Amino acid sequence: MNSIFEYFADIFHTVKSLLTGMKVTGRYFFSPWEIVTQQYPENRKTLKMYDRFKGEVIMPHNDHNEHRCTGCGICETACPNGTIEIIQAKIDMPDGKKKRIIDRHIYHLGMCTFCGLCIKACPSDALAWGQEFEHAVFDRSKLNKTLNQPGSSIIKDIVE
Amino acid sequence: MKEVINLPVKNVEEEEYHINMGPQHPSTHGVLRLVVSLQGEIVKSLKPHCGYIHRGIEKMCEKDTYPQIIHLTDRMDYLSAHINNHAVCLLVEKALEVEVPERVKYIRTIIDELNRIASHQLWWCSFGMDMGGLTCYFYGLRDREKILDIFEESFGSRLLHSSYTPGGLMMDIHPDFQKNVKAFIKYFRKKIRDYDDLLTGNMIMQMRTKGVGLLSKEDAISYGVTGPSGRASGFSCDVRKHHPYGVYDKVDFREILGTKGDTFERYMMRMNEMHESMRIIEQLIDNIPAGDYSAKMKAVLKLPAGEYYQRVEASRGELGVYCISDGNKTPYRMKFRSPNFSNLSALDHISRGVKIADLVAIGGSLDYVIPDIDR
Repeated sequence: MNSIFEYFADIFHTVKSLLTGMKVTGRYFFSPWEIVTQQYPENRKTLKMYDRFKGEVIMPHNDHNEHRCTGCGICETACPNGTIEIIQAKIDMPDGKKKRIIDRHIYHLGMCTFCGLCIKACPSDALAWGQEFEHAVFDRSKLNKTLNQPGSSIIKDIVE
Repeated sequence: MKEVINLPVKNVEEEEYHINMGPQHPSTHGVLRLVVSLQGEIVKSLKPHCGYIHRGIEKMCEKDTYPQIIHLTDRMDYLSAHINNHAVCLLVEKALEVEVPERVKYIRTIIDELNRIASHQLWWCSFGMDMGGLTCYFYGLRDREKILDIFEESFGSRLLHSSYTPGGLMMDIHPDFQKNVKAFIKYFRKKIRDYDDLLTGNMIMQMRTKGVGLLSKEDAISYGVTGPSGRASGFSCDVRKHHPYGVYDKVDFREILGTKGDTFERYMMRMNEMHESMRIIEQLIDNIPAGDYSAKMKAVLKLPAGEYYQRVEASRGELGVYCISDGNKTPYRMKFRSPNFSNLSALDHISRGVKIADLVAIGGSLDYVIPDIDR
């Protein structure tokens, strides 16, 4: 007799617990304003990332196509996995001396782990985080970027 | 006339046979291969085969400088990335005898606990999904998103942060950090009731988990099962209590201990830990002292020659970092004692004699992360 009572009590408790769970799903079904889905590809125009978002490493240039990179190579040694490659060039100064400047600052986005050590290490604040995050390309070679723009030069007030 | 070949008839139900669970199986949560020995549908024994996602992180550490090692530890147990970072940072700070500012300790403790909640939320999602309740997955991820937004606002990334450096933090917290964390705690205290309604109180789930997958306290200690899985068996192993780091010695929190050591107890441990983590955050969030977000460190960190060990409580158990330094800027040897590897070793013992469907529930309750097992 007792076991029969337990049997039906079990069924009753199970149904009750299922209904408690159904209540939660039912509540969300009838209150669609609580749903938090982001319609990503459609909201591209209004989508704004946080200011500190780590999308990619960029080198900010000012209006006169000038950057702050001296080509010292500290970011290259700070990088844990060889993402950054610095190619230097020598130019003749007016006083006859030769000076090393940056020729190309190559950034392999495909190898980057977004640890931020290059940006932290840079003594002249030449690097920054960019907000771009849609990095999918058809060819892997397109992920190798040159950060300093063609024809750009260094801002005058930077001292090495 | 055709000759009839009489093959010996075998009784399939009595014979022991092996099946591969994984490497591609939704309930192993990664590339883990379990060779399960079955008789009928009773598990006789089980052999985990690791190494499908081995990346040689310990060897890679030997060529990296100490600040560079941090970003590799993210990729071990990616669901508790901040806590892994914390272990290496504490090791370097201990070896160099650097005193980090109070502000850093407070922030690190809060972030660690937030990360623990986020990790347990994802565990709850996947455990519900293993048990057949796909609805859980969406509710858990919805709430985890709030924590990830807080991380993204302050540190710029959602999963792999690398935001701790030896001596402090990579960058200071966002001005809105305290406001957002308080709003999250208020929100999540309400939403965690949904979790209980949906899954904890569900009788079908309770019947499948209660009394299944028993692990005694002695076995938990001898297999080295730590974290919520070990505490469910009554093994008091919380590093935050026994070897406090950060500001855990200043906050008031309970070490939750279970008694039975079955799958349901392991489930309840994590649910209760989320409440405890919220209590820790509430005690600290208003008292973050002002100050620097990083101690003054040298440009090149060279640890004095010797051996160092540091442990922290990751969300799945005790994470230990062992380092031999020969005085150079890179370590001579780095070894990680990952919690998941030890927890996995007990799976064979726990699951002997259970049904194959219960193996999925036991695996879910142990909450293993495969990249942490293989490293």
